[in-house]
Amino acid sequence: MNSSKLTYLLICAVAASLAATGCKKKPTPITPLPGARAGVPGGERPSELPEGGRLGPGEPVSTGGGALAGLEEFEGMLADRAALAAHTVHFDFDSAVVKRSELPHVEAVAAALKADPNVKLLIEGHCDERGTEEYNRALGERRALALREALVKRGITPVRIRTISYGEDRPVDPGHNEEAWAKNRRGEFILLRPK
Amino acid sequence: MKRFLNQPLVARAPRPVARHRGCAGLVALGLWLAVARAPGQSDVVDIVREIVPGATRPIPVSISGFTGEALEVIQFDLFVQGFSFTAPDTAQFLLSGSNDGSLTGRATDRINKSLLVNKSYTGATLRRQAHAFVEDFIRALGRTPIDPSKKIAFKLDTGANSEIYVADFDGHGAQAVTRDNTIVAAPAWVPGRLALYYTSYRLGNPDIFFHDLSSGQRRVFARYPGLNTSAAPSPDGRRVAMILSKGGSPDVYVADADGGNLVQLTQTPADESSPCWSPDGRWVCFATKVNERRVLAKVPASGGPLQIITTRGISNPSEPDWSPDGKWIVFTAQMGGFEICVVPAGGGTATVLVSGEDPCWAANSRTVIFARRQSGRRVLSLLDVPTKQVKDASRFSGSSSQPSWAR
Repeated sequence: MNSSKLTYLLICAVAASLAATGCKKKPTPITPLPGARAGVPGGERPSELPEGGRLGPGEPVSTGGGALAGLEEFEGMLADRAALAAHTVHFDFDSAVVKRSELPHVEAVAAALKADPNVKLLIEGHCDERGTEEYNRALGERRALALREALVKRGITPVRIRTISYGEDRPVDPGHNEEAWAKNRRGEFILLRPK
Repeated sequence: MKRFLNQPLVARAPRPVARHRGCAGLVALGLWLAVARAPGQSDVVDIVREIVPGATRPIPVSISGFTGEALEVIQFDLFVQGFSFTAPDTAQFLLSGSNDGSLTGRATDRINKSLLVNKSYTGATLRRQAHAFVEDFIRALGRTPIDPSKKIAFKLDTGANSEIYVADFDGHGAQAVTRDNTIVAAPAWVPGRLALYYTSYRLGNPDIFFHDLSSGQRRVFARYPGLNTSAAPSPDGRRVAMILSKGGSPDVYVADADGGNLVQLTQTPADESSPCWSPDGRWVCFATKVNERRVLAKVPASGGPLQIITTRGISNPSEPDWSPDGKWIVFTAQMGGFEICVVPAGGGTATVLVSGEDPCWAANSRTVIFARRQSGRRVLSLLDVPTKQVKDASRFSGSSSQPSWAR
């Protein structure tokens, strides 16, 4: 009795699975996400970069005079965030224009670069949260590029300057008011020293 | 023939021979349904094909017999595809069934009594079975349903950093696909593949990565000086549009999927952002500034002059996404807050739908996933464009944004 019941269940299961796969299309089979560990909540194994393999840039293309310096020029340098921290430049809402009132900061940074030909500069562009995310990522880059241009006008060679945009992802003030937003719309100067 | 209608489709047959007969019966039933549906079809189609963005009435349905998680899934899926819930006597369609163990579902047209769906579902999870029932029902109406096997990818803030997660379209079953411990953003699915492009700061710069989720392998796709972001693979997956600033300003570029053959599509002093493709692959559409005014524009994917896509009635458009059927562009307008809007793909008067940002079409060209702000963070939400019905996806502990819906 027991074994015939078991056989019956087995046959039912076979019939059901055949009906499900062979004849009827629904339900759609789940596509398991590879790397997932069954039963571990949120347990997707992080896919790591291939070990040892060097990450090459895409193919270079020729660009105009405003092109940026290669990232390799800045490899291995030590970031000194404190040196120019007092010279953070702030921007108006949705603007990448360096205001006249901010120019003394630009002058100070230009002087620091002129004083030591071995140092280079990283300019971080940041935004407040009032903008869509990828728009802000582009706006942050524009702010950093505007500061780079202001420094170039003051005699700094562009190959010493690198830009990076964090969009709205790195606020100094996490608040959601005008006071916080004004602080977050900024360009920060990080001095890069040789090792 | 008729007795099959009263039986669940997955043969819970008393005899083993039912294996073959059950299958033949299913085919026969399918044919019968196809014939039986024909008379009532025109009534149904007239209503469901009327899609005026934001001005279409939801279709009333009545649901009975389902409970718990299955009921939640069925209601969610119906709501975000333009249905509302009502009593049986005022419903256009009656959905009934049970989910004791596996799910059985019936859908009938209340007016002409035609049977649209009568199925049992087996295997996978109860959620998947519930998704499949709604999918079958909507397909029986002659519409393209949301394909529940298509995942969403999104950015999830994890404290100061963010990572890319993937989940079912309703936000269920979210899993991290990056652990970069930095900012990772702007995910975009490769059409028809379990693979993503996204921006990661892992190497100290915003670079675009290609990540094959089937193998877990990933590689750097674009790492030029400056900004590399907003990757958007073409509908055939062979090209990628993106924003690069290496030329001195954020501009739109396209490259082959292997990173070669890079072409600069825009050369403006303004900053372009958020490129997307027309479904025929001929155009790349994006946000830019012309005469100090923010606009949507497009350029031929092979290069050519920039054309403005007019969006009358709104200001500050950004984040366009072209519907897979080619008819609409959904985008974000910033007018004080953020609004999800649609405009005909050729340009014209824009329709403001709901508050939110960063919209992305589902393959059905009807449902949109977007992010809306709520007490200082972002929440993923789904919008049925014709009816403007909105429902949040599953909540996550951090701010979730930048959804991309696999097509």
